[in-house]
Amino acid sequence: MTKILVIAEHFDGEILSATSKTVNCASQISESIDILVLGDDSAVASQATTIDAVSNVLSISNEAFGYPVSSIMAPVVAEISSEYDYILLPSSTFGKDLAPRISAILDVNQVTDIMSVEEPRIFKRPIYAGNAIQTIKIAEGKKVLGTVRTASFKELGNSNSANLIETEMPSVDIPSHTRFIKIESEKTERPDLQVASIVISGGRGVGSAENFELLYQLADKLGASVGASRAAVDAGFVPNDMQVGQTGKIIAPDLYFAIGISGAIQHIAGIKDAGTIVAVNKDADAPIFEIADIGIVADLFEFIPQLTSKLD
Amino acid sequence: MEKILVCIKRVIDYNVKIRVKPDESGVVTEGVKMSINPFDEIALEEALRIKENGDAVEVVIVSIGPDDSQQQLRTGLAMGADRAILIKHDGEIEPLTVAKALSEIVEDENPGLIMMGKQAIDDDSSQTGQILAQLCDIPQATFASKVSIQEEKATVVREIDQGLETLEIDLPAIITTDLRLNEPRYVKLPDIMKAKKKVLDVIESGELKTDFSSSIEVINVTPPPPRESGVMVNDVEELVVALKEKGLLS
Repeated sequence: MTKILVIAEHFDGEILSATSKTVNCASQISESIDILVLGDDSAVASQATTIDAVSNVLSISNEAFGYPVSSIMAPVVAEISSEYDYILLPSSTFGKDLAPRISAILDVNQVTDIMSVEEPRIFKRPIYAGNAIQTIKIAEGKKVLGTVRTASFKELGNSNSANLIETEMPSVDIPSHTRFIKIESEKTERPDLQVASIVISGGRGVGSAENFELLYQLADKLGASVGASRAAVDAGFVPNDMQVGQTGKIIAPDLYFAIGISGAIQHIAGIKDAGTIVAVNKDADAPIFEIADIGIVADLFEFIPQLTSKLD
Repeated sequence: MEKILVCIKRVIDYNVKIRVKPDESGVVTEGVKMSINPFDEIALEEALRIKENGDAVEVVIVSIGPDDSQQQLRTGLAMGADRAILIKHDGEIEPLTVAKALSEIVEDENPGLIMMGKQAIDDDSSQTGQILAQLCDIPQATFASKVSIQEEKATVVREIDQGLETLEIDLPAIITTDLRLNEPRYVKLPDIMKAKKKVLDVIESGELKTDFSSSIEVINVTPPPPRESGVMVNDVEELVVALKEKGLLS
């Protein structure tokens, strides 16, 4: 049977949902799916055993994996993958950084951003920021290496108990030329942008960092995450990890509020897969209304407090 | 360092609305404005700033593509690059092939730093820099939003999903650039005139050792499925009703 290896993405001791979504894509290709977890302790690997559809979780614990560095992980993945027909990674910054190095070692072409599996070797992927869709076929007999566009696949259930296999670190050179210094993350109580079922994003129209407080209040009523357009990030209203769009995060919540966002192509590329898009803008001609499911021409400074109080 | 190599790609200008060809073989490029991939332009700008700061002596730009890519290389020379190389090749090229061809240039030029955009805005692959780094067995720092050079190493702030990550890498290395790293300079007319006198070497892809075949076949290119047209509501009341009908609010 076709054997698939999914490379787990984890951060701060948690397996990220991107891993489960990647397994979902794999499950549309074959029933033989293993996950490889590279970390500095095996606790995180045991979380991966609960993901439905997974057969085995291979865990390699090594201090070299204390922080994910692609030049260290790639030779290890390449070594382990010799037994597999497919290698899949999430198309996050983690997967995008790592997968091409595996492509180079194995000398196989990589498919970026798989958005659907048409046949085991035929995939659809977005090009031109989702303004066109490419259908591609990987030649028979070649190993398939791909990153999976996580916004296109739902997270699987967590009722599995896959085998946890402690795996020996293969004997590969561990380069010392890349050193992790630090990471600065914005800590927030709100759900992560990429997993939240409701996302409220603000644009340049919000006007200031202080005014974003209105969005936070609404978000907290709805249990929503808060995002922003590139214009709002560039204006310094919010930090850049909140940016939704082609060059920020690509998300697929059930409900998306675009508030004071004009609707540049760049932003729309990041929300195309959202279930329902609600656009709020005082300019009736704003392009965001062309793609919104529900539009309302309103001043956001009146709209948000009204909606917030309605939810009491 | 002696030299920075910047890799640039000719792409449809980012302001152009993409149209898919009726026969689904690709997107319309005839009569369409072409430009340097914006992420590569940022890479070139950063390389020029590193040079102007005294941390590099020469900035060399390289592109792979049709003969018309000379236009984008001339623009790069007008921005301030010292010299350009075109690997002439018609037709689609997979990132793995591009990286292999570039690795031959790297071998010849021996740059202290290689820079390019984090992705090209046409195929959105985001692979070439990382593949090239592995082929050359050197470090990479992708999605860079801040770069500082110190003698034999670089400190790079990367925009990753979890926030801003700082890496220290030994040189030579590859840095791929994100949008917020800098704002590229405008090219002035005298610079365009000066750029005409700069060296632009053209190499036929057949002269390289790299095999330009691919194991990926493009079956078709189609427009994205349209979203169903939406409705306008008049006030918050109506919005709440509409959302409740869809089961999105309780």
